Amino acid sequence: MATLGVFDTANLNGGQKLAIKYFSVALALFGAQVLFGMFAAFQYIAPDFLYEVLDFSVNRTVHVNALVVWLLYGFLGGVYWILEDEAGVPVVGLGLANLIFWILTLAVVIVVLVYILVQVGPADIKSIWLIMEGREYIEAPRWADIGIVVSVLVFFFNVAATFSKGKYTGIGGVLVLDLLALFGLYLAGMFYTPNVSVDQFWWWWVIHMWVEATWEVIVGCIMAYMLIQTLGVRRKIVETWLYIEVAMLFGSGILGLGHHYFWIGTPQYWLAIGGFFSALEPVPLVAMVVHAVFDSGVHKLKSNNHPALAWTIAQAAGNLFGAGVWGFMHTLPQINLYTHGTQWTTSHGHLAFYGAYATAVIAFFYLAAQKSRGNVWMSGGLVGDWKWKWALAFQWIGMLAMVMALLIAGYEQSQVERAMEGATWMGYFAGQSHPWFIQGMNWRMVGGWFFSLGYVLLVWDILTIGKRETRPSQVLAPAAH
Amino acid sequence: MSQSQPVWWASESLWRKVAIWVTGGSLVALIFLTFDTMAYIKAGGINVPAYSIINKRVGYEFNEEHNRYEPVIGPDEPLFGKMLSEEEAKELVSKGKLNVQAKNCMGCHTLMGNGSYYAPDLTKSWLDPAWGSKEIREDQMVAFIMDPSDKLHNGLGRKMPRLGITEEEARATVAFLKWMSAINTMGFPHNFKAIDQSDPEPSASATVVETVDVMDTGGAADNAPAQQ
Ligand code: HEM
Ligand code: HEM
Ligand SMILES: [Fe+2]
Repeated sequence: MATLGVFDTANLNGGQKLAIKYFSVALALFGAQVLFGMFAAFQYIAPDFLYEVLDFSVNRTVHVNALVVWLLYGFLGGVYWILEDEAGVPVVGLGLANLIFWILTLAVVIVVLVYILVQVGPADIKSIWLIMEGREYIEAPRWADIGIVVSVLVFFFNVAATFSKGKYTGIGGVLVLDLLALFGLYLAGMFYTPNVSVDQFWWWWVIHMWVEATWEVIVGCIMAYMLIQTLGVRRKIVETWLYIEVAMLFGSGILGLGHHYFWIGTPQYWLAIGGFFSALEPVPLVAMVVHAVFDSGVHKLKSNNHPALAWTIAQAAGNLFGAGVWGFMHTLPQINLYTHGTQWTTSHGHLAFYGAYATAVIAFFYLAAQKSRGNVWMSGGLVGDWKWKWALAFQWIGMLAMVMALLIAGYEQSQVERAMEGATWMGYFAGQSHPWFIQGMNWRMVGGWFFSLGYVLLVWDILTIGKRETRPSQVLAPAAH
Repeated sequence: MSQSQPVWWASESLWRKVAIWVTGGSLVALIFLTFDTMAYIKAGGINVPAYSIINKRVGYEFNEEHNRYEPVIGPDEPLFGKMLSEEEAKELVSKGKLNVQAKNCMGCHTLMGNGSYYAPDLTKSWLDPAWGSKEIREDQMVAFIMDPSDKLHNGLGRKMPRLGITEEEARATVAFLKWMSAINTMGFPHNFKAIDQSDPEPSASATVVETVDVMDTGGAADNAPAQQ
């Protein structure tokens, strides 16, 4: 074992070494996301900024694509991280997995460079193959889609083969089936049609079924592992909870898809089906909070990794508020008719993605930081622990400021642009130039600066935490129940 | 708490079964609904018109019976004055859709409320009163899409960039927008006040100044395809 506090990959198993690579790219892409989000946010205030150089559409596309990719990288890393521990054997096909990591990362770099440098193409199917697909979140051109599918098949092979060779735990079984669904869904977004209704119908299969079904379950699995690791919760309890959560998540989330089928040419019955089932979606999120809080309480918050536990609790709360509460607010068709596609949606999108998923991946960054320094002390009195605390505080202050500012702008927009003016061109700009909207955009910018500072602190902390520690990690007493 | 077997309702195996059955049941329901929905959203389906709808006047009015706004299909009003077959119309609309994707219009706008929020929703853009009058609308739209940089439509200084759109692409895009405006979107957007498309009074027709001539030349109303 290497010296405590010194970064050394010898401290890690094979899957975890690969995970570190995925986490590093994820952290960098998180930075790109924040940077381009700041550009886009500033263009709301100063529209001439980078006009016809990096237009809003370019910045926004990079912002949301970086988001999706860094979270997926975080999940891939998270899975490779836990794989050997769970299955009890080394990762099967690790060489191939490493190769795929480099290919995938090269593809991501090329896609982003094309977004920034080429930006648009002629009205031809070739543009969709080579430059951009023009469909939010999955703009990546078709060649990259195919590359992603191939990479993912390799990933799936690694995971399934490793569990088969070792043992399938409850977490492992759920994870494998969920991954299959997650990547199968990606295929639903990989075709061209002139029919915009059919296009959006399948596009939502990818987007909704990811964030409100399969990603929730992945996070459920990873967080279950996290509770076992950082608190020492008994596996049987965690896995029973996981099945309950899966039943509730899929039971509400699959037909909850209907809340995107209100206004895209789809039949009227979706108003009832989508409204009803999506209104139930917060229920499992409450259950997940109960679970995390209960376990933390039973274990008296005695954890061997304070920052990871803090981000785990932030995840439970963020998921409940961002997805559950903010989602519920606009999910009934009677409200959504006026809020659909306004800054309400942005407010929800930010708190949900950040609260539910960014937090989970950040918790993993901390597990990785601890282990790669030889499992150093990361409990109370950690040397230099102000950094992780302020990183967390600045990010959350910034995020909440942005989310509230956007919500107020969204209220105004739904009243003025939608209810009063009926969403015409003039109505849109009447809403956008209202002082309450403009104030919202300014405060969002302020929140963005706080968040950016929080990001910088996070990177600094991840790179240095535990460096000056000489104590080994706290040993967890066996669970009291 | 004791380490003995938990009560039946807290057992792991029960909840594993529940998870499998609930997921399976929801999926079966979703697949059934998906098939049913396709009958509504295929082109020429119950809510989504055939592409040749661009040969007609498309309106958007409040329907008292359904209590929501709905598209209303009027008499022949061929786009750019040219009647198209279903095949030709599909090709044109498809080119427009490809342009919308290749230029990433959704990076700023929404279509049927989905996309980005930096610029107006395009669902009913074809019907927007901002185009002036129905006589000049087509030319206005083509000109705007090709070069929006000098046409400021708001007091915020926010303007659309030049995306290198050719005239052919711009016309196809207008066809796509006209077709999209005819989709029955269950009343979204609510309260939208469409451009005046009523026919000018016979006596007043002489005073319509801006009538674009393509409207008069190509209006081959006699070979209109059967309306879906
Ligand atoms: C972690 C889970 C979730 C994430 C990451 C998430 C994220 C998002 C995002 C990004 C959008 C905007 C999509 C677009 O760009 O058009 C959206 C839309 C929406 N979400 Fe969620 N969401 C989550 C959970 C939920 C839940 C649980 C509900 C309901 C209870 C919900 C209700 C909605 C609704 C109604 C819309 C449509 C908004 C509109 O009409 O414009 N979401 N969500
Ligand atoms: C400095 C921080 C950030 C700034 C300034 C920022 C800014 C923006 C802007 C300007 C948009 C475009 C909204 C529009 O179309 O009007 C956007 C969209 C979005 N951002 Fe951020 N963002 C930041 C951080 C984040 C974070 C941390 C996340 C998630 C982890 C996130 C997730 C999203 C999502 C999901 C959308 C699409 C929302 C939708 O379509 O409804 N952003 N952001
Ligand atoms: Fe959804």
